[in-house]
This record gives sequence, C-alpha cells and structure tokens, in this order.
Amino acid sequence: MDRKKQQEAYENYVKQKTPVHNLPVNMTKAFITGGIICAIGQSVLNYCEKMGLDKDISGGWTSMILILLSVVLTALNIYPRIAKWGGAGALVPITGFANSVAAPAIEFQKEGQVMGIGCKIFTIAGPVILYGVFTSWVLGFLYWIGKIAGII
Amino acid sequence: MDYINAFWVGGLICALSQILLDRTKLMPGRVMVLLVCSGAILGALHIYQPIQDYAGAGASVPLAGFGNLLWKGVKEAVDKEGFIGIFLGGFKASAVGICAALVFGYLASLICEPKMKK
Repeated sequence: MDRKKQQEAYENYVKQKTPVHNLPVNMTKAFITGGIICAIGQSVLNYCEKMGLDKDISGGWTSMILILLSVVLTALNIYPRIAKWGGAGALVPITGFANSVAAPAIEFQKEGQVMGIGCKIFTIAGPVILYGVFTSWVLGFLYWIGKIAGII
Repeated sequence: MDYINAFWVGGLICALSQILLDRTKLMPGRVMVLLVCSGAILGALHIYQPIQDYAGAGASVPLAGFGNLLWKGVKEAVDKEGFIGIFLGGFKASAVGICAALVFGYLASLICEPKMKK
C-alpha cells in the first residue's frame, strides 16, 4: 500500500515537472519568428536583385548574410533566447542551421581544435549535409536514368 | 507584397515544423534533416519551385529550400555534365551556405568563450 502511494506521488511529480506544450501558442510564436527571419531574407534578396545580380547569386548573398547574422547573434548569446521563444521558427530557417554549427563549436573549444571544435561543429550540420546530399544524389541518379531512358 | 508572401509562407513552414517538435518525439536535428530531405524530394517533383517563385525568401530561407537548392544543383549539373554531374551539383549549389556556416562558426569559436548555461 505504501509503495502504491509512493508511485502515485512520483507520477504526480513527473506530471508536474514535464513542461506543458501549448501547441497553438507555440505555433503562433514559430510563425512570427520564422516569418520575420524570412522577411529579412526577402529584403536582402530584393536589394541584391535591384543591384542587378542574377537569381542564384542573390540567393547566395541572402544565405550568407543570414548565416553571418545568426552566428553573430549566437556568439553574443542572443540567438538561444530567440530560439527559446520562437521554437521551430528559429530552428527551421537557415539561421537555425548556422546556429547549430556555431553553438557547439564555441561550446566545445576547450576540448581542442580537432576533437573539440572540428568534430563537434558537425554535430547537427553533419547529418543535415549527409542526408541532404544523399537524397539529392539519389534523386539526381533517378533523373539521370530517366534522361537516358528518354522518360524525362 | 513580396514581403507579405515571404512572411506567411516562411512562417507557415515553421509553424508546421513546430507541430513535429511538440507532438512527436523528433529532436531538433531530426526535424532539420527531415526538412532538407523533403525539400529535395518536393523539388524533384516540381512542387517546391513554384512555391519558391511565389514566396521568394519565404521558401528559400527555411531548410526545405536548402534541399530544393541541392536538387536544383544536381539537376543542372546532370543536364550539363551528364553522369558525373550527380556527384558535382549538390555541393556546388550549397557551397555558399555550408562554407559560410563553417567559416563563421569556426571564427566565432576562436573569438568567443563558452557561456555558462543558466
């Protein structure tokens, strides 16, 4: 009997400590954060196109500037706060990717250049690059076969 | 107008990803991988490019746009170089993003001290 009570108390404790997700609120926050980041990207894109750069190069400038901004904000310890509020809104844009590269590099610098920074910098970027490249490779292979076979 | 389109499409992609984060056991890293892969697949199915033409940075800034970029690079390289293009195009197209993240990230690790987590 005592044991049952203990278990019950423990379950209540776990319930109390587990953060409650309020999905609509979190989604709204993600929507606003992600939207703002994309709008900033759009302003860079528009500026580059106004300067007469072609589409691909403008896209490159947009990524580069957003990544730079994100790394600076990560270094100043501001990006984690944005991510805490914005959730997926700060994670999903390319700024989240840059944050996932810079944050472990800074955090693990004490473990050395190679095993610390060198390895940990790829903690999240590694899987993203691996599976992104692999997926596009498979699709490219299928596309190549399709072209040879004359389907596409 | 293009700002509004970028805002709501980009916001929507993030809001949908929030569902994955909150309602499933997927970790942030997995959500990012999932987005890049689905972006590449949607790109190959000719679905993502029309969205990107409509939303501009709203579709290219989220990681799904990174996937689409990888696919576009591979496709263009295959059109131009044939078989070897499959190996060439992805990294070529994504070079700016990956290089910028690595270089700036490394520089930040040289300049900054690790912060204590509160």
